[in-house]
Amino acid sequence: MEHNLHTTAPLGQLSQQMADAVERISPSLVLVDGRRRQAASGLVYASDLVLTADHVLEREEDLTIQTHDKRTLPAQFIGRDTANDLAVLRVADLNLAAAPIATGPARVGQFILAVGRPSSNGPMASLGIVSSVGGPLRTRRGGTLEQYIQTDAIPYPGFSGGPLIDAEGQVIGVTTTGLMRGPTLAVPARIAWRIAGTLAQHGHIKRGYLGISSQPIDLPASQRGEWQQERGLLISRVEEGSPAEAGGLLIGDILVACNQQPVLDTDDLQALLTGDAVDSVVAISVLRGGALNTLSVRIGLRS
Amino acid sequence: MAIPLESLQLLRAPDLPDAVQHTIAQVQQSVLQVRSQGRGLGAAVIWSANGRILTNQHVVANPFVPLSVVFSDGRTSPTRVVKHHPTLDLALLAIEGDVTQAVPPARIAESARLRVGELVFAVGHPWGQRGMVTAGIISGWGRIVYPNGQRTVEYILSDVLLGPGNSGGPLVNADGAVVGINTMIQGGDLSVAIPTAEIQRWLAPAEHVL
Repeated sequence: MEHNLHTTAPLGQLSQQMADAVERISPSLVLVDGRRRQAASGLVYASDLVLTADHVLEREEDLTIQTHDKRTLPAQFIGRDTANDLAVLRVADLNLAAAPIATGPARVGQFILAVGRPSSNGPMASLGIVSSVGGPLRTRRGGTLEQYIQTDAIPYPGFSGGPLIDAEGQVIGVTTTGLMRGPTLAVPARIAWRIAGTLAQHGHIKRGYLGISSQPIDLPASQRGEWQQERGLLISRVEEGSPAEAGGLLIGDILVACNQQPVLDTDDLQALLTGDAVDSVVAISVLRGGALNTLSVRIGLRS
Repeated sequence: MAIPLESLQLLRAPDLPDAVQHTIAQVQQSVLQVRSQGRGLGAAVIWSANGRILTNQHVVANPFVPLSVVFSDGRTSPTRVVKHHPTLDLALLAIEGDVTQAVPPARIAESARLRVGELVFAVGHPWGQRGMVTAGIISGWGRIVYPNGQRTVEYILSDVLLGPGNSGGPLVNADGAVVGINTMIQGGDLSVAIPTAEIQRWLAPAEHVL
C-alpha cells in the first residue's frame, strides 16, 4: 500500500497533541517516596509545595521526592486530609512551576490522560475518558467528597497523587485509588487545590461545628414554602451553648440551605461547614412554620 | 472548555475514521499468523523484502513442530526459524517458497523518537480472532538488565489491550509504521513491546551472514 501522509495527518496531530500534553505536565510531576513498596506520584502545587495522595505516605519522616530533572530532594510533611486522601509536602529548593489547572469542570466523555511518575524512568501515561462526574461520595476513609471524577484510564502502580490531565496538559483532577475499591477516582482539581491551600496554611482540614442533631426528611409540596426544595434537614436537637443556639436555630426548624447552597442531607451540610466556613458567619436558611427564615450563624471549630 | 477546540474539531472531522483505517491499512497486509498443526500460536510481521519475518521467540519455542504462516489474504506458507534471541524474546523466521513476493514488508519507524502519550495500535490475533486492532498510547519505558549485567535494554510500555495471540505482532504509530513487537502483558494491564531500535541492533550484525 502506498503511504499517504495527508490521509493519516489528523491522527498524527492527535497523537502529537497527547504527547505534548504529557510533556507539558512532566516538569510539575514528581515521584514521592513515602512508603516501603512502590513509590507514588505528586504534583507541584507551589514553588516549594507538593500535593500528593494521603494513603501513599506510610510515614511522616524521611520523605523524599524526585523531580523530572533527576534531583532527589528531602520533603517535609506538612499535613494530610485522610477523608479526601490528600496530603501536602514542603520541599525547599524545589523551584518548579506549579501544575496548571483546567479552568472548566470535567465533562463526561472528555478525553483525558492519567499521568504519573512511579519510577525514575520518566513519566508514565494511560489514555481514557471521563466516565462520570458525581458526588457527594462517602469514601471508605470515612469522609465525604463533595465531587469526584471517575475514569476508565488505567491507574498503573504508583499513579496515586498524579493528575488526570486534559489534551492541553492542564490538571482536571488528582488521581487516587485510595478513596474507593474498584474504579479509579480523581478529586476534582478545584477541590484538591482548595484542600492543599488549607493544608499548607493550617496543616489540617478544619471541620465546622454547628451543634445540631438532625434527620433528612422529604418535604411535601405544600410545605416547601418559597424555597421549593424536595428535601431538608429536620432539626431534632440544639446543643446548649452551641453556635446553632447562639444563631437562633430551634428544634423543629427544617434546614434547607447554607450560604444559598441547597442542603438535602447531612453530607451536604458537612461539606459546607468544612474549611473556610470555620469561624466565619454563614447564612443558614430554615423553614419555620412554612416561612423561610435566614439566620446568621458563626460556625465553630469541631475539636 | 474542557476539550480544546482543536481536538473537538479533530474528533468531529469526518476524515478521522478514514485516517485510522488508512493507518491500519499501512500495516495490515504485513501482519501474519504463525500456526502449527492447525493451531494459531501468535502473530508475526514481515520485516524485509527478502521474506524475513519477525515474531516472539516464545511463539515458536517448540523446535519439534512444523511451523507455517497465514497471510492476511488467507494464503499459507511453511516457515522456519532462522535465529532467535531469548533475552529480547525475538525470533527471525524465513518463508520457504516465494509467497512473500506480492506482500510488502511493514514500514519501520525509529522507536527512539517515540514520546509518552503518542497514539499506538496493536495488530494481532487475540484469542484466535485474526487481524484484530486495538488502540492506546505509549505509557512509558521499562528497563531490563541483560543476564550478564553488561547492558540495559529499554522496552516500550503501552495501554493497548492485548490477548493471547497478539504476541509477535506489531505495535504501530499514528503513521502506520512499526515501533515495536508486542511481547507480553505485565501486571494484568500493562503491555510490553520490544522497540525497533533493539530489533535493528540485534538484526544488523547478521545481515552479512544472511
